[in-house]
Amino acid sequence: MYKSIIKTMKDVPLEEFYTSGHRTCQGCESAMVMRYLAKVAGPRTIVVGATGCMYVANTTYYTTSWVVPWVHTQLGGSGAAALGTSAALRALMRKGKIKEEPINVIVFCGDLGCADMGLSGVSNAMTYDYNLLIVLYDNESSANTDIQETSMTPYGAQTSFSRPGTARRIMKRRWKKSVVPMIIAGHRNIRYAATTTPAYPLDTMNKIKKALEIGGPTFIHSLDPCPKGWDYDPMYSHELGTLSVETGLWPLYEFVDGKLIYNEPTKGIVEGRVKRKPVREYLEKQGRFSHFTEEDYEYFQKMVDEMYTSWEIPGVMPIKSVIK
Amino acid sequence: MTELVQKEILLNGTQAVAYAAMYADVDVTAAYPIRPYTEVMDTISKLIADGQLDAEFIVAEGEHGQFEIVKHASLTGARTLVGTSGVGWLYGMEAIVVTATDRAPVVAVIGNRALDDPGAYGVEHNDALMVRDVGWLLVWVDTAQEAFDTALIAYRVGEDSRVLMPVGVSMDGGFLTHSEQIVRLPPRELVKDFLPAYNRGKYLVHPDNPISVAPQVNEDWVSEIRRQHDEGMERARTVISEAYESFKKVFGRYPGTTRDIKMFENPFVEPYMTDDAEVILVGMGTVSKPIKVAINKMREQGIKVGMLRIRWFRPFPTQEVMKYLSGAKVVCVVDRDYSLGSPFRGGVVYHEVRSSLYDLDERPKILSFIGGLGGREITVQDAEKVIKIGLEARDTPITRHTYWINVRGDPW
Ligand code: SF4
Repeated sequence: MYKSIIKTMKDVPLEEFYTSGHRTCQGCESAMVMRYLAKVAGPRTIVVGATGCMYVANTTYYTTSWVVPWVHTQLGGSGAAALGTSAALRALMRKGKIKEEPINVIVFCGDLGCADMGLSGVSNAMTYDYNLLIVLYDNESSANTDIQETSMTPYGAQTSFSRPGTARRIMKRRWKKSVVPMIIAGHRNIRYAATTTPAYPLDTMNKIKKALEIGGPTFIHSLDPCPKGWDYDPMYSHELGTLSVETGLWPLYEFVDGKLIYNEPTKGIVEGRVKRKPVREYLEKQGRFSHFTEEDYEYFQKMVDEMYTSWEIPGVMPIKSVIK
Repeated sequence: MTELVQKEILLNGTQAVAYAAMYADVDVTAAYPIRPYTEVMDTISKLIADGQLDAEFIVAEGEHGQFEIVKHASLTGARTLVGTSGVGWLYGMEAIVVTATDRAPVVAVIGNRALDDPGAYGVEHNDALMVRDVGWLLVWVDTAQEAFDTALIAYRVGEDSRVLMPVGVSMDGGFLTHSEQIVRLPPRELVKDFLPAYNRGKYLVHPDNPISVAPQVNEDWVSEIRRQHDEGMERARTVISEAYESFKKVFGRYPGTTRDIKMFENPFVEPYMTDDAEVILVGMGTVSKPIKVAINKMREQGIKVGMLRIRWFRPFPTQEVMKYLSGAKVVCVVDRDYSLGSPFRGGVVYHEVRSSLYDLDERPKILSFIGGLGGREITVQDAEKVIKIGLEARDTPITRHTYWINVRGDPW
């Protein structure tokens, strides 16, 4: 099991391995994830980044923000890049071609690359026993190409692929898929997977730390409010992250060695100690839902309610609602 | 594991490359099945299982993953083997292109196969030729021995710090991937003298060397990067020549032959009776077999005909093509591929050869022959017919540029 967790902000390492030089938008929560993961992982790390916001905005030639080695992989290449990097390290160390030492391999990918195009590769990586962490930074759109819909875009949200019109108000009618449960259910040997959002920095950092310390193939899905794509003032990024959890829409949990652990405040929600805020509080603060009517809010709320009332595992596994 | 004697064993083309990879001590391989390349991975898997080779064997989720795996392993300092065929090569194309632009010297076996649709397992060169413009070194081999030797040479050339580029070892599906021949394996100890350890130097991805690989450049740097890549491609000519010389010195024989005769005076092309030939056939891969037989027969009748087999297609042997073809009256290029909508409706090699000859003061006539698509056999009779058409063109003005060999409903 993991050695240490970071208890307060005072215990957070001071060193930065993701520093100045990037040009992400003001209020970009994905940039916070990168910063946290680099901090926690430290200098003996190789970071691989798939095409997406965090490629286009972070690694401008001559001004890269990465202090640790960083390599680009193609949009759908995250799982394979993780395997290739990790396999190379294992082979070279075993054969005495490089020094034997623990080196973290962290691959990050956006929702388009990880949950859509790259899903089969990520899944393949999760079936091997290499030490690798795949971080899905989910800004719920393909943000660096002008905010297009992905399978992770929430129901009803406006994107340039899902514009409300006079004949059809809601163009995005599919519900966002749950990636972590899919990863957990399908891959027996995975020892650590979790959801997080950077509005809870200690949660995010500790989860990255645990994933790296536990080792093997590990997976973290982070919901990252994106001022550009979600259309809100950048100062509210953390507030939206918090609301995503407090409304119950984005439950925080981790799977450790087959055990599901809810993290606060989701734990309180599931145990009935904390009351979920109306999801409307979260939705109405974002321009992408500005076309919502009462009926839309109600539908959205009903779907969130079902996550807690009719699902096999509250907020996580929908099996019960399917078989009822 | 060290052997100090040469030995001869029966191997097909793909198995020969697997043995070369074992001799080269590859660290990471990535497999995904598609005929006819697959046997290279079947063989590698067995060599690993039997303790003959110490390497990571990863089964990818598809060809895109396959090439991303070896690209990243290679950037991290591992020697790698990969491969595919036909539409598999195309499925991996995005990753295949960045393998070249990231300058990862992976070695790939391309068991040439027709592209879908319609499905066919047989040879066609259009698959490998898809990368002719993006910075892969491409070599076509003709025998299992040449496959073994060329794979070793491929590691040496691709990994050279002056080159750092992936190498595609192409072989005709079926005709070479699946036909067994005697292969002479060198003493394993000697391979170390020929093939130094892979060293990426300052381009290695490792925490001791915190570089950023393939950062985003927009319009700022692409021209410079392509230009540098091209310079590497140009330097590969020298490095290839050096590698063949060194091969000869270390192993005491010319690459590609089991006999100690001077079969290959030039690494890039194999000239066959070209010296005084008026009609010269040009082709890549195993098509040389029926052509050589036809040439032997014609020579007995005193007909001056020869062949130039192109071995390295990238970098293209422009000087060699000019040198060996300049004396000919007619050049007949036999393509196992086709370029739809191209000038004069010809094959890809035809266009490269034609372009190479343009600067000659006296240009030979040049004809395009399309044959053996999808694995159909090109027979000795077909080769004789090509020569006959070449001889006619020698004496009469050209009326037709392209001939399809043996196609239903087309006069041949
Ligand atoms: S578009 Fe969104 S995810 Fe991309 S850099 Fe801007 S805030 Fe971050």
